[in-house]
Amino acid sequence: MPGTHPDVVVIGAGALGAATAWFATRAGLTVEVVERGSIVSGTTSACEGNLLVSDKEAGPELDLALLSHQLWRGELGEFGGLWEFEEKGGLVVAATAGGMAGLTELTERQRAAGIDVREVAADEIHDFEPHLTPDLAGAAFYPQDCQVQPMLMAAHLLRLARELGARVRTGTTVTGFLRDGDRVTGVRTDRGDIAAGHVVNAAGTWAGELAALAGVEVPVLPRRGFILVTEPLPPTVFHKVYAGEYVASTQSSDEGLQTSTVIEGTRAGTVLIGSSRERVGFDRTVSLPALREIAGKALALYPGLAPVALMRTYLGFRPYCPDHLPVIGTDPRAPGLAHVAGHEGAGIGLSVGSAKLLVEAMTGATPTIDITPFRPERFSLQEVS
Amino acid sequence: MTDQVSLTFDGVAITAAAGQSVGAALTDAGIRSWRSTRRGGRPRGLFCGIGVCFDCLVTVDGRPNQRACLVPVRDGMRLESGGLREVDARG
Repeated sequence: MPGTHPDVVVIGAGALGAATAWFATRAGLTVEVVERGSIVSGTTSACEGNLLVSDKEAGPELDLALLSHQLWRGELGEFGGLWEFEEKGGLVVAATAGGMAGLTELTERQRAAGIDVREVAADEIHDFEPHLTPDLAGAAFYPQDCQVQPMLMAAHLLRLARELGARVRTGTTVTGFLRDGDRVTGVRTDRGDIAAGHVVNAAGTWAGELAALAGVEVPVLPRRGFILVTEPLPPTVFHKVYAGEYVASTQSSDEGLQTSTVIEGTRAGTVLIGSSRERVGFDRTVSLPALREIAGKALALYPGLAPVALMRTYLGFRPYCPDHLPVIGTDPRAPGLAHVAGHEGAGIGLSVGSAKLLVEAMTGATPTIDITPFRPERFSLQEVS
Repeated sequence: MTDQVSLTFDGVAITAAAGQSVGAALTDAGIRSWRSTRRGGRPRGLFCGIGVCFDCLVTVDGRPNQRACLVPVRDGMRLESGGLREVDARG
């Protein structure tokens, strides 16, 4: 890489790195992406591609989701076909009257916060999802919930960025940072140094390790999740369908196994069935209890799936922060370094809003929404004391 | 001499050696493709041959999406190309 001196080095070629590369090149910056594996080799290829507002409540994450929703449909709308963007809407179902009462309270708060949501009576559910069990108390429909194929999305954004001049280096591991005092002035890699105006940590679940290499703490930790993949089926599941407890589990800090149903069909005909959450570090051992629990809960909602064969299962490590907010912004503890990571199970959907905000922060542009709730230094002891 | 079994593929009679997989029997009979991709309509048959890739799906005696490389042939077996499982709402 001798001779290159890009404005921005992005570490990581997943959804966040790809989106950052694209927004940065669009802003006129020269960009080099370095990735130790191949493109989309981390959590981006081990997730579902959710663009959800239905699991959010009023607050900074909802603001980021609504911004991202605008970008997916607006600025990136012309590319939607490349990554199977589908505005299919989400249906959150409640099995019991008590569950429905809780869902109604949630939807009232969400409506007040600007989310488009309408209640669905028990006898209307089958107009949305004819294969759902008739044994439900009610549901809520979220037309803003969308889906993309995350690997296609990240790969195409990288390609589009390259067409605008960005370079992508795979098989290149960052081993350290170039420094000028506190300032970060580039990266050291196993294939040579790259000096750069800004270095962006988009290393996903591994962003904490990378930040530590720069001497700053960014507490991003892995939360393991399994997904089941069915054989290809004729259209069977038409929306993103979740059990009401999904929202609670995304916000939970429990360490043990939690499962809550998330089901969606894909363009390929397979049905993806999730979800589970466990804090077991980077353990890739397949857990039959987790798979059984996911399958059992899915069958309670879709009894017709009982004879359907599973083709495979996969697992991913969602990057979570202790306060369940992502880390987005320049790092005052190490000027020149910025982070965009830690989106837990929402990183695909939130990638574009996050990348846009980060590029605004790096270029000194007026932020579209308040970025301070995501500031990377919020965990440090100095701020607490 | 190996025992022979008789089966049909899309109604056409073929013979196979007992113990062969459906995928091997079809390939032996000169049939390389028994499925087409869902979007591009491109031909698919054996790829990995060891049960991993799900490229060789075939309908066996009315059961869709069976992996041809893993199912042993049986006398009288009826094989059909394509086919998707119909999902009954009531399970």
